[in-house]
Amino acid sequence: MEQKTQEEDQIVTPWEVAAEKGGKIDYDKLIDKFGCQRLDQSLIDRVARLTGRPPHVFLRRGVFFAHRDFSDVLDAYERGEKFYLYTGRGPSSEALHLGHLVPFMFTKYLQDAFKVPLVIQLTDDEKCMWKNLTVEESQRLARENAKDIIACGFDVSRTFIFSDFDYVGGTEASTCNLDYFSDVSIYFQEIFKMHTTIKCDMDPAGLWFCMVLLFEISPVSCHTCASSAFTVEIIVQFLLQEHGQDCKVVGIFGFSGEDHIGKVSFPPVQVDMLLAAPSFPSSFPHLFSGKDSLRCLIPCAIDQDPYFRMTRDVAPRLGYHKPALIESSFFPALQGETGKMSASDPNSAIYVTDSAKDIKNKVNRYAFSGGQDSIENHRKYGANLEVDIPVKYLGFFLDDDAELEHIRTEYGAGRMLTGEVKKRLIEVLTELVERHRRARAAVTDEMVDAFMAVRPLPNMFS
Amino acid sequence: MTSKFAELQIVFSQYEHPVVLTVEAQAKYVGHVKGALSKNLFLKDKKQRFYIVSALAETKVDLKVLSQRLGLGKGGLRMAPEEALAEILQVPLGCVTPFALVNDSARNVSLLLDQGFKSQECCFFHPLSNDMSIALNARDLDKFLNSIGKNPAYIDLEANPTVGKDQPPDLANLVPSDAAVLAAPVEKQSQGSEKNHISVNNQQNAVTGYICHMHHNDTFRPKLSSRNLLFVHCCDGQSMVLMCIVDLSLASKAVKPSNASTKEKSSGAASSSISYADTDKFVEEILEKTKSIVLSEIKEENAEKYREQLATLVSNNISKLGVELKNIATIFKNTAYTEGFKAGIHHQPKRM
Repeated sequence: MEQKTQEEDQIVTPWEVAAEKGGKIDYDKLIDKFGCQRLDQSLIDRVARLTGRPPHVFLRRGVFFAHRDFSDVLDAYERGEKFYLYTGRGPSSEALHLGHLVPFMFTKYLQDAFKVPLVIQLTDDEKCMWKNLTVEESQRLARENAKDIIACGFDVSRTFIFSDFDYVGGTEASTCNLDYFSDVSIYFQEIFKMHTTIKCDMDPAGLWFCMVLLFEISPVSCHTCASSAFTVEIIVQFLLQEHGQDCKVVGIFGFSGEDHIGKVSFPPVQVDMLLAAPSFPSSFPHLFSGKDSLRCLIPCAIDQDPYFRMTRDVAPRLGYHKPALIESSFFPALQGETGKMSASDPNSAIYVTDSAKDIKNKVNRYAFSGGQDSIENHRKYGANLEVDIPVKYLGFFLDDDAELEHIRTEYGAGRMLTGEVKKRLIEVLTELVERHRRARAAVTDEMVDAFMAVRPLPNMFS
Repeated sequence: MTSKFAELQIVFSQYEHPVVLTVEAQAKYVGHVKGALSKNLFLKDKKQRFYIVSALAETKVDLKVLSQRLGLGKGGLRMAPEEALAEILQVPLGCVTPFALVNDSARNVSLLLDQGFKSQECCFFHPLSNDMSIALNARDLDKFLNSIGKNPAYIDLEANPTVGKDQPPDLANLVPSDAAVLAAPVEKQSQGSEKNHISVNNQQNAVTGYICHMHHNDTFRPKLSSRNLLFVHCCDGQSMVLMCIVDLSLASKAVKPSNASTKEKSSGAASSSISYADTDKFVEEILEKTKSIVLSEIKEENAEKYREQLATLVSNNISKLGVELKNIATIFKNTAYTEGFKAGIHHQPKRM
C-alpha cells in the first residue's frame, strides 16, 4: 500500500525532521532526494589549500557534508572572484542552544578563512506572524538573538546584520521613485498590526510577498514598471507552476497601478520569498553596488535546502548567479538521534545560558549513552558509537582529532567507560559555553546598532 | 592616637602648624627642631596592592629599583591615586604616614621603612592630619607598629642589588599577600586562591592579556593549565618574555559599580560586563596568566631543565593560544569599531 510506505519514509522538511521508524536519518538518501552533492575529501583539501589554514572541525568530521555549487564558488575564488556569505535565524526565542550555534560557528570560520563579508538575516517578521508575537516583541527578540550571534565572533568590519522589520524596504525603497511609501518599513509594521486588529482582506502573506519583491527590485537601476512587472511575472509564473491552481492571484496594490500581485496563501512560498532577496547582491546596494555578479554562499542546515530551490531557479532569469549552499547535518538532541533539538524541551539541549552545573547535570542525566548496561558487558562488547550522544557531541566540539580518535577507539572497545567520556564532554562544553557567555557579555546595545547600521564596509574583502 | 602613645609609654613630641603638603613646607615649621624629616610615598602596584615607603628626606628612592626588588618587574610601582589615599589610608593629601596603618582599611598595606631612621635620635611623621608633626624615635615607632599588629621592615632604600634569574628580588616578602579591598564591590573569582590576580576593578576595564617579564622565584600561585601559554625569548637572555592568553574563565573581574556579586553561579563572574576597550588591562591580564602558568610548570626544576620544559610547552600550546587570542582580539576590534561608530553618529559636522 503506497500510503504506508510514504509514512515510513524519513521526513525532512523545514518544520519536521523524523527518521524512519527506529532508525536514524539517512543522509545519503537525503542527498539523493534533494539532489544536492556530497562534500568530499577533495573539496575539503581544496578549502584548506585555498585558505592556508586547517579546515574547520565541522568539515573534518563531516558535520557540513553536502553542498550545491560550492566547487563553482571555489573555482571563482581561485580566479580572484570573491563571494559573500548569507545566513540567518528566525528569532523565535531568547534561548539559544548549541545546535543554533553550529551554523554560526561555521560561518565565522568561513568569514575568517576566506576573508569575505557576511549578511545575517533575522526574520523577525516571519516569527512575528507565525508565533503571534507583537512587532515590538519580535524586534526585541531579534536584537537579543543578534547579541548571541555577535558573540560567536563575527568581524564588525565585514558583517551586516539586518532584521526584516527594520531593513526591508527602508533605505533602499526610499531611494527609488516610490512616493507611494515614504516610510516603507513603518508602513510594513503597521500592516502587521492592522491585520491583528482589523479584519481586512489584505493577507499579510501576500503583503509580505509584495514587500520582498519591492525590496528585491528596487535597488536595481531601472525602476520602470516594465522591469518590476517582469520580475513579478517570473515569480508568479514559478508559483503557478509549483502550486498549480491553488495559487490565486488577487490584487492588493500594484506597482504604478497596473499590476496585480498574487494573494499568496502558502507559507512555504512566502518563506521562499523571504529568503530570496538576500541571496542576490543587489539587495544590499550600500554594500555591493555595481557588483551584480558577486556570488553568494549560504551555510545552512540541510532541512533548509527546499527553501532555496525557488531562489536558485529564479536567479538566472533575473541575471544573477545561483546562490551556492553548504549544508550541515542535524545536531542531535541530548536524548538521542531521533531528530532535532527542540527549544521547548530544556533537557534536550545545552543552552548558552546554562551554568557549569547545569551542563554537568544535563550531560550526566540526559545524554543518551551507547554504553552497555553493565560494566562487564561494556568491557566485553564495547560501546555503540552509532547512537552514543557524548561521542557525537565530542565529534562536533572536540577540536583535537587525535584525542577524539583515541576516545572512540577505547570507548568502542569497552576499555573506556561512559562516565569518562561524559566527563570529557562536560569539560569541552563548559569551556565553550563559558567562552560564549563572556563574549556575549562584551556585546553592548551600541555594538548591535553598529552591526545593524546600514553602512558601507570598505574593508570587507581584505 | 596620642592616648595610644601614652598607653605604650612612647616618648614623643608634638608640634602644631598650619597645614603643610610637602616636606619643604613642613621644614619651615619644624626644621629648627632636632629630628629628621621624613618623606612618605603612597604607592601601588599593578595588582592593586599598596605600599607606604617612609624615608629620610634626603634618602634617594628609586621607584624602578624598588619595583624590581619587590619582584614587580621594572615599572611595577606607581604613585597611588588620590582616591586611594582617602579610601585606604584615610588621610588627606600630603599626609601619608606610617601611622595611617592604624586604620582597618589599610590592613593590607605594606610598610617599607628607611633603615636610616634607626640612626636618628628622632624622626618626624604626620599623625593622621597634616597640621601636626610628631617626632619620635624609631624604636618607639616600632612599638606603635607592633601594637597594631604590624611588623616594621627597615631596609636600605638606596641599595640597588641586581635582580635576575639567580638573584631573587630581595624584598619580595614585603609584597602584601592580599590585594587591598576598595569600596566598590569586588568580584572574587570562585576558584579560590586568586590572591595574586587582578581582583579589583572600579571601572569596567578589559582584562584580557599582557606580556610579562618573568623572574625565577616569583611568588605567584599557579592557576592555569599549561594549554594557554606561549613563550618567546626576550632580548636580555636573563629572563623570558612570555605571552599568555587569558583563559576567559578568569577574565571577568570587572564589576559594574551598581551590581554586586549576588546572582553569580558557581562558575564564576561570567555575568559581569567587561569592556574590552582597555589595552592596559588587556596586557596586564596576559602577563598575570603567564606568570601563574609558568610557575605552575616550573616549580622546583633547575635552570637547564626549565628551558627545555618551556620549549616543549610552547610547541604544544601555541595553537590553542592562537585561537583564544583571536577571539579576544575580535571582541576588542568590535568594541573599538562600535565606539567609533557611536562617535560618528553623534559627531557634529563642521559649519561651513
